[in-house]
Amino acid sequence: MLDLRRIPIAALVGLVLSTLFLLTAVFAPLIAPYGMAEIVGDVWEPFSAEHWLGTDNIGRDLLSRMIYGARVTIFIAGLATVLSFTMGSILGFTAAVVGGWFDTLMSRFVDLLMSIPTLIFGLVVLSVLPSTIITLILVMGLLDSTRVYRLSRAVAADINVMEFVEAARLRGEGRGWIIFREILPNALSPLVAELGLRFIFAVLFLSALSFLGLGVQPPEADWGGMVKENKDGIVFGIPAALIPAGAIAALAISVNLVADWILNRTTDLKGGRGNV
Amino acid sequence: MSETATARAPASGGDDALLDIRNLRIEATVYPPGEDPHDIVIVDDVSLALRRGRVLGLIGESGAGKSTIGLAAMGYGRGGVRLTGGEVVLNGRDIRRLGVRGLRALRGREVCYVAQSAAAAFNPAHRLMDQVVEATLEHGVASRREAEERAVALFARLGLPDPESFGRRFPHQVSGGQLQRAMTAMALCPQPDLIVFDEPTTALDVTTQIDVLAAIKDAIRDTDVAALYITHDLAVVAQVSDEIMVLRHGKMVEHGETRQIIEAPREDYTRALVSVRSIRHEEKRPTPEPVLTAERITAAYAGSLKVLEDVSVAVHPGQTLAVVGESGSGKSTLARVITGLLPPIEGTITFAGRTLPPALAQRGREDLRELQMIYQMADVAMNPRQTVRTIIGRPLEFYFGMRGAERDRRVAELLDQIEMGDGFAERYPAELSGGQKQRVCIARALAAKPSLIICDEVTSALDPLVADGILKLLLELQKQQDVAYLFITHDLATVRAIADSIAVMFQGKVVRYGTKTEVLSPPFDDYTDLLLSSVPEMQVGWLEKAIESRRMEAAGH
Repeated sequence: MLDLRRIPIAALVGLVLSTLFLLTAVFAPLIAPYGMAEIVGDVWEPFSAEHWLGTDNIGRDLLSRMIYGARVTIFIAGLATVLSFTMGSILGFTAAVVGGWFDTLMSRFVDLLMSIPTLIFGLVVLSVLPSTIITLILVMGLLDSTRVYRLSRAVAADINVMEFVEAARLRGEGRGWIIFREILPNALSPLVAELGLRFIFAVLFLSALSFLGLGVQPPEADWGGMVKENKDGIVFGIPAALIPAGAIAALAISVNLVADWILNRTTDLKGGRGNV
Repeated sequence: MSETATARAPASGGDDALLDIRNLRIEATVYPPGEDPHDIVIVDDVSLALRRGRVLGLIGESGAGKSTIGLAAMGYGRGGVRLTGGEVVLNGRDIRRLGVRGLRALRGREVCYVAQSAAAAFNPAHRLMDQVVEATLEHGVASRREAEERAVALFARLGLPDPESFGRRFPHQVSGGQLQRAMTAMALCPQPDLIVFDEPTTALDVTTQIDVLAAIKDAIRDTDVAALYITHDLAVVAQVSDEIMVLRHGKMVEHGETRQIIEAPREDYTRALVSVRSIRHEEKRPTPEPVLTAERITAAYAGSLKVLEDVSVAVHPGQTLAVVGESGSGKSTLARVITGLLPPIEGTITFAGRTLPPALAQRGREDLRELQMIYQMADVAMNPRQTVRTIIGRPLEFYFGMRGAERDRRVAELLDQIEMGDGFAERYPAELSGGQKQRVCIARALAAKPSLIICDEVTSALDPLVADGILKLLLELQKQQDVAYLFITHDLATVRAIADSIAVMFQGKVVRYGTKTEVLSPPFDDYTDLLLSSVPEMQVGWLEKAIESRRMEAAGH
C-alpha cells in the first residue's frame, strides 16, 4: 500500500532526518567516539580531526555529548508526548461522549490548570519535587495533556453529533466502541497534526527547563542543557552553543514534515488508496 | 404563451434569439490524490437558443451539467470550471470574449441569477430592500427612489405580504418561501433580459413550492424576460417552461416542447424520467396485532414548546405506515421518540406486545435489534472511515456474534440482496454513489433482522430515478422478509407508491390517519386537501388548476 516513489520530497527529507535522529538516539553508546562525561581536551577547542565538533566548556567532546543528548532529549520528550496524548485524548473523547457533570468537571479543572502559565507551573512543581527523569516526564506529560484534552474534546464534540454515531448508539454500542471505533478514526487527522507540534513543544519545553537548571541534571547531557553550558562561549565567537540549538531546530522541522505528510494521508477518506 | 409555443419549433436559433449557445464545451481539472491531475469534460457540445419571453427548462440528475450550463449563460464557471469551446451569444455578442470588465457590466444587468438556497444567498446583515435594489443601483439603471418603487411593485406582484414595508425586514425575519420570492424580485428588479433560475423551489415544502412557482410564472409572463429554469423535477419544470431540454452526463438527450417531452418522449431516458414513480403497490389490510403502537405521545425538546401532542399511530407487521407532513410538523421527532432518543413526556410505546422503556439507555439489546433506522443523508449516516464490510458486518457481530468467514458470507448475501456485488465490500463510503450509499444503509438495517425499520426521508436527497430504485428495493425486501416500515416523508408521490396506511401530521398533531384508501379519498380536511393538491403532477397546466381549487393557504416554509 505504501509506495515509496509517491512520497513527496519534503516528507522524504523529514523522514530521513527523523530516522537519523532516532537511530542516533538508540545507538548512542555505539556511535559516540568518547564517553559522555569524559574530559578529553582543552576548553572550547575548535573543530578538529579528533573532535569533529570541538569540545565544550570543560573540555568534553561535543559530538559525543550531542549524540548522548539526542538520546535523553528524544526519550523524555517522546514519552511525555505519548503520556499527554493518551491521557488528553481519552479524557477529551470521554468528556465529549459522556457529557453532563463529567464534562463540566473535567473541563473546568483543565481550564484551571491552563490558566497558570506552563513554564511557571513546571518550574514551581520541579523545584519542589526531586529532579528525576520520571518526574520530568510526568510533569511535562500532565501539563501538555490539557492542550490535547481541549483539542480532542472539541473535535469529538463535532463528530459525536453526526448521524453515524447516533446510528451506533441506536444499535446499542458501548462507550468504548463509540470512542475508539467511531470517533477516534475520524479525529485522527487533527490529532496527528497536533502530535508533531506537541512533540516539538515538549523538546523545547524540556530544553527551556534544562536551560533554567531544573530539567536534566548534569553531568547527563541534553540539548537544552548544552546550550546553557556553552552559552558564554558565544561572546568569544565559539559556536558550541549553536550546535545543540541547531539540532533542536532540525529535529523540529523534520518531525513536522513527517507529521504533515501523515496528515495528508489520513485526511483521505478513501483509505489512502487514491481515486481510481 | 402556449400559442407561440406550438407555433414555433424549438432549438432553431435564428437571428431573433436573445441567448444563443452553440456547441458549448465546459471542462474542469480534477486533482485525484495519488494521480496526475487531468481534465474532465463537464458539458459536451450543448446548443440551445432562447427568445424573449420564453422559458427553457433544463432537467437532469445531479452531475448532468444543468447548473454549469445555467452559469455559463452569465459567463461564469464555478469552482475552477472553464468554458473551453463553443459560443455563448447574448444580445448579439459572444460573452466569452467580453473580458472581466464586460462581464461585470453584463451580470446583474442583462442576466440575473436566482439560487437554490435563498437563505444562504442573502446576506443576513443587510435589510432585504438594500440587497434587492443593489444590482439596479450598481449598474445605474435607476435612481434609488425609482428602484425602491420598482421593488415594492415586484413584492406586490410576487404576492409578498405588506409590500410597502417588506423590504425593511432582515432575511431571518421572513419565511423560506418569501425569501425565495424576494430573490426573484431581486433578479427582476434591474429588468434583465435573461434570468437563470437554479432549482428555486427544491429546498421548499411542497405546499409552499406551488405558491413560489405560480409567482415566478406570473412574473416571467408580465415582464417578458427570457428564463432558463434548472431543476431535477420534471413535474415542476412542466408547469413553468415552454420547452424542455433533458441532459445526462453533460450531453443533451432530448430537446422539445414541454407538451411533447411530457406526453410523447422520444428517448428512453426521458421516458424513464416521465414514468418515474409509477410503482404499483397492493395495499394490505391492517392486522389485529400491530408490531408497534405509539399511544398518546406528547413530546418536547428541553424547555420548549410541545413538538408532538397526543399522537397515536400503529404499524402492522410487514406493512408500511407513511407519516406525511411539511417541515416542522413533528414527523422526525416522532421517529426520535420511537427510537428512544427523545423520551416522551406522556404516552407509551408498545412493541410486539411489550411496553418499551422510554429512554434508549434502558432498552435491551433485543429491543434495539428489532427496531432499525435508515437516515435521509446516507453520507453522514455511515462512518467515512469504515469499509462497507465493517459497516454491514458490525450489526452481525454485535447482535448475533458472527465472526470471520461466517460474517463475511452473510455480508456478501446482504450485498446481494441490495443488488450490489461482493466487490463493494472493501470500499469506503466516499467511493460509492448516492444511491449505493443508501443501499448500504438499508443493508446495515437489514443485517439486524429487524421487524420494523424507520425510514426518515430516505429518498429525499436522491435523484428521481435513483429514488425510484430504492423504493422498489424496499418494497421487494418487505415482501421477502416481512419487515414493517415507518416511512417518514414529505413527498406524497412516494407515499402513494408504497404506503399501506398513512398518518398526516400538521403542527405536531395527527390530523388524518387510516389506511391509504381512506386517507386519500374525499372528503378531505383542509390540510390534507392542501397537501394533496400541492404535489406537482406531470401535466401541462396543472399549476393553474391546483391554485384555483385549493381551500387553505400554505404556511410558507
